Amino acid sequence: MDIELRGITKRFGEVVANEGINLDIRAGEVLGLLGENGAGKSTLMNVLSGLYRPNEGEILIDGAPVSFEGPGDAIRAGIGMVHQHFMLVPVFSVAENVVLGVEPTGRFDRLDLDTARAQVHDINEKYGLHVDPDALIETLPVGVQQRVEIIKVLFRSADVLILDEPTAVLTPQEVEEFFQIVRALRDAGKALVFITHKLNEILEISDRISVMRRGRITGEGDPKKLDRKALAEMMVGRPVSFDVKKDPYNPSANQLEINDLIVLNDDDEVAVNHVNLTVCGGEVVGIAGVQGNGQSTLIEAITGVRRAAHGTIKMGEQDITHISVRARHRAGMAHIPEDRHSDAFIANFTVAENMVLDTYYDERFSKGLQINWPKVYEKTVEFVQDFDVRTPSIFAQAGHLSGGNQQKLVVARELSRETRLIIAGQPTRGLDVGSIEYIHKRLMDARDSGDGLLIVSSELDEILALSDRILVMFKGQIVAEFDATKGPPDKGAIGLAMAGVTA
Amino acid sequence: MTAATDNPNTASRKLDTGKERQARIVGAILIVFALLVMFAFAPDQAGNATFRLSRPTDVWVLPNLVVPSGPFIYVSAALLAFLGVRQFVRGGGKWTSLSLGVGLAILVLAFLVWATTGKAFSLTGMLQATMVRAVPIALGGLAGVLSERVAVVNIAIEGMLLAGAFTGALVGSVLGGMGGLVAAIAVGGMFGFILAALVVTYRMDQIIAGVVINLFVLGLTSYISSQVFQEYRFLNNAPVFRAIKIPILGDIPVIGPMLFNQNIFVYGALIMVAVATYYLFYTRMGLRARSVGEHPQAADTLGINVYRTRYVNVTLAGMVAGFGGAWFTLGAVGRFDEGMTGGRGYIGLAAMIFGRWHPVGALMAALVFGFADSLQQKLALLNTPIPSDFLAMAPYIATIIVVAGLIGRARAPAADGKPYIKE
Amino acid sequence: MTDQATKDLMSRKLLGRTEFEDMIVVPVFAIIVALILGALTMLATNVDLATVGQSYVALLRGSVGSLNAISETLTSAAPLILAGLGLALGFRAGLFNIGAEGQLLMGGMAAVVFGFSFPNVPSVILMPACLMTGALAGALYASIAGWLRAATGAHEVISTIMLNLISYRLLDYMLRLPFVQKEGRSDPISKSVPDAAELPRLLTFIDPNLRVHAGIFVTLLAVALVYWLLFKSKLGFEFRASGENPEAARFAGMRSGLIIVLAMAAAGGLAGLAGANQVLGVLGRATPGFSAGIGFNAIAVALLGRSHPVGVLFAGLLFGALEAGGRQMQVDAGVSIDLIGIIQALIIVFVAAPLLVRAIFPWGFRKSSTTRQ
Repeated sequence: MDIELRGITKRFGEVVANEGINLDIRAGEVLGLLGENGAGKSTLMNVLSGLYRPNEGEILIDGAPVSFEGPGDAIRAGIGMVHQHFMLVPVFSVAENVVLGVEPTGRFDRLDLDTARAQVHDINEKYGLHVDPDALIETLPVGVQQRVEIIKVLFRSADVLILDEPTAVLTPQEVEEFFQIVRALRDAGKALVFITHKLNEILEISDRISVMRRGRITGEGDPKKLDRKALAEMMVGRPVSFDVKKDPYNPSANQLEINDLIVLNDDDEVAVNHVNLTVCGGEVVGIAGVQGNGQSTLIEAITGVRRAAHGTIKMGEQDITHISVRARHRAGMAHIPEDRHSDAFIANFTVAENMVLDTYYDERFSKGLQINWPKVYEKTVEFVQDFDVRTPSIFAQAGHLSGGNQQKLVVARELSRETRLIIAGQPTRGLDVGSIEYIHKRLMDARDSGDGLLIVSSELDEILALSDRILVMFKGQIVAEFDATKGPPDKGAIGLAMAGVTA
Repeated sequence: MTAATDNPNTASRKLDTGKERQARIVGAILIVFALLVMFAFAPDQAGNATFRLSRPTDVWVLPNLVVPSGPFIYVSAALLAFLGVRQFVRGGGKWTSLSLGVGLAILVLAFLVWATTGKAFSLTGMLQATMVRAVPIALGGLAGVLSERVAVVNIAIEGMLLAGAFTGALVGSVLGGMGGLVAAIAVGGMFGFILAALVVTYRMDQIIAGVVINLFVLGLTSYISSQVFQEYRFLNNAPVFRAIKIPILGDIPVIGPMLFNQNIFVYGALIMVAVATYYLFYTRMGLRARSVGEHPQAADTLGINVYRTRYVNVTLAGMVAGFGGAWFTLGAVGRFDEGMTGGRGYIGLAAMIFGRWHPVGALMAALVFGFADSLQQKLALLNTPIPSDFLAMAPYIATIIVVAGLIGRARAPAADGKPYIKE
Repeated sequence: MTDQATKDLMSRKLLGRTEFEDMIVVPVFAIIVALILGALTMLATNVDLATVGQSYVALLRGSVGSLNAISETLTSAAPLILAGLGLALGFRAGLFNIGAEGQLLMGGMAAVVFGFSFPNVPSVILMPACLMTGALAGALYASIAGWLRAATGAHEVISTIMLNLISYRLLDYMLRLPFVQKEGRSDPISKSVPDAAELPRLLTFIDPNLRVHAGIFVTLLAVALVYWLLFKSKLGFEFRASGENPEAARFAGMRSGLIIVLAMAAAGGLAGLAGANQVLGVLGRATPGFSAGIGFNAIAVALLGRSHPVGVLFAGLLFGALEAGGRQMQVDAGVSIDLIGIIQALIIVFVAAPLLVRAIFPWGFRKSSTTRQ
């Protein structure tokens, strides 16, 4: 089945997400769709999968124009979307999730799960997927959950599979396994669209590449003839440097020392399991690892949001294991939370209010029982200018800023304090390249001025670019350590460690 | 570099986990219960508590159950102390909730024995009354389950019950019992539909919408009651459905009358619970409804109409609540009084939480609340030393305990309370 | 950076069209529609058109048509505003305090008991002390629900409703206790509040029947206090942050458990103050159900006032007017005062669902630019 998108335009109010898009998707081929965050790739695919209706343009399947009233129509036409954020009901089983919406039934509308199980088995065999139909989604690792998403679209006889950022949550080994499945599907005659912002992967798996920028297709190419630099330039519109500038490695005293730390998660299971680590001043320690191996829990324990069940955490000479979040901030700890939108700032508060979210009690901004708002406004203007936060006014709602500017707001707030130790979780997730470069620069500035940095990221390239030392976390433990001060460490070895394989 | 090899299981046993603390709290509570039974219930223990198990007219006549009060109290206190101490020594996990449940049951039994010492108490009558009083709570809880399974918090159950009661009385006075029943169900469904509209289409905050409907129904029914019923008394004089005894089954001792000699509201409630369970967990539509409650976006991407599913299920919930409301008038007194539902809708919500958002669970929980409710009435008649006002508070305090004690562990449908906005 | 750039950053945008619509247009439309629907309800219950007209005229006369009317309006408004402020504080902190009614009862009861327990203390001490006692009682009662929420996650909607129901019984019980019950009476009624504790009437020199009392000043003071608390104080900042995004507040170092308890206590304190206000300024003693639904109407007042202290002030005045006018309506036209309850519920519906108002009145609103698909 071949699909052609002609002149697709999609607007949201005054924002033009897609403009005049022309795209060909052919059977038996993997089309790579490249673009940075915010370029409009997801919007385009949502149009194709029936979630959105285009304002202009048409979709042609095998030459005939079609119109989708909703996702159901697209599914019936043979288009299957594997979403970036899984659309799986955690408390249902694999079989229930796969058949949802097209369930086999018996009399009195009774659900026929036996048939469903059998059909899941068939697909398992045909494409080598190995997923247990009765397992509950919430018990499955992320890589397996993704395979359930694939089974879902295959169950609905999809001829076109749209894969939206599928490798974001996979270890390098899982990515390889995933690519094998993709190739198997392609060879079976399916058309695949592989959406990503990761340059290496798109070069490896695609047969053809289209590049999107600011809602338009700005380039096309043959992966065999292109390289990372050329693609990056097409993606961003200007030359992009992949190196991050920083001073030579010159560590000073320990800023963070963790000993035998054990932390429990919400279900009272051990999430951080006897972890030891240190971060020196002037040093960046990066923690690599697929999300869900305890990194988030570790950060919560270090920053004080979650209680440690055992072990000690020290900042310099001070034991901070049991002191409050605020006390840790006062002692010089800064925290850039992983989940920007839900944990780092308050969308309905103004930029100014957010700027003092964790410093309003400080002598700088408060007088007795009340807040010294004029002083707050003055300093906010200063920080906004210093950190290049693009906002029409400091009284604008933070939720109206773009992702990049929201993160810059958070970084401004955290780095404009007296800091000794910076804990950053996924600091550039979902941001455009310009913001990414800027935040990396400010983080390195902090390092160069003597702060210790602990960065957790699921983007291995980011860890490699920023870190002096790299630790790998797997199932709650530090399973490997790599020295990056004298040259980039072996990515393959890191990947193996991320999957739990150690030397 | 090798990884640390410590076994996570040994690690957790050394730790002060949340579960251990909870176990200790429950243990402390149980020991307090034991002391309470020992010292508060013990003094008057010369004598027996007589529990009548059947009535003279029954087909099978059982002898009365005579319980020597003193020994029973001591044994209860000892059991409670044992459970309490056990919690400290070995508690945790499933034992905590089980012990708490058993402990509460023992406490109640001990209290009953103490209160009945020297007097007689009709156990069958008690059970029958329990079932009757549980009906509005169970139906309210079922309405809550249907609604919250599609992630719509339904505070308006109280209002829907009241609307059902009112309509039942009004239409029942004019068209007879069946007519009143049908009208009550329809009106309940109407308010369910209104709630759905406010919440789904007009994106009103679900709790505020519920509160508003309650206020509106209270105001409207009170207004009409004082404005119209005073003048036209015949409009507030509805027939009451009598009990229908199922032959043979109704003669089973003790539980026969409770389950098989009741009016159509009880039978209706039991049938509805069964049907709802089948619907939610064994049918296609039920699977889709639950998916809307757990992950509406996933359901949306699979072509399921989230908005319509919510409308349908919340309207169904309203119909169930309308039926439950009719019990107050057509099933009990035949006459509407302002505000007669008295908070049962909210207790129904507690039953829903207690029953872990499962129809059968809600029914079980409603029975517990019904028991507390009828106990309070019976004890007022028995002239116990505790003032009736405090006994009347018992169901409400029980609700608070349930909601506080269990909500941490019971899991509501994941999308509960959040509006779904289609992008 | 240039000075111009700095000035631009500091500019507060003048109220945008959507904000204006939400704050002014929607409430006005809500009131109009509610009144119309109220009229329709009357017509539906066999009230003839002339009487409907008479009712609304009486409504107007009874609320603002004479000095007596205004006095009645203010008297009814004061407890609504106080309780409404409490609810508004709660909403801002993300808490649904449906228990204002119970907190009001507790507060009033406490004020009465404190009052008649110390009848010989001079007024200048006794009156504020009684008010404070009322506030404290309400605060403590509400903090039960707050603590339950903070420690166990129990949703305060259910726990406050249960506490309400408990408070009715508790009141009944207390009113029959010998040391509370009025001497020589067998019905549930408390001893009277001593003169020294009463909130004095203000306009008795004009007409001894005017009921408006010093509680008005307490109310205005409360409005100012809540404004300061919410928008100028550190605690208010914490309330608002917790209400908007409790996770972010936690990550920023705010102690969410403590904030929940304090917010509920503050809300309960204001409701308790409302109860004390009623008892000390209007009723003079406590009887079963003396709260008369004020706690529930305060929910409407808080919503109509958009949880802003000044908004609550105006909303409370409106609802006070509706009540005073409603009483006149009952007298003049014979229409049950429960109709006012219906109108109030309708007002909340429309205020809390701006989309609904826009759907009914598409004119007057700019086409929303946020609709997708």
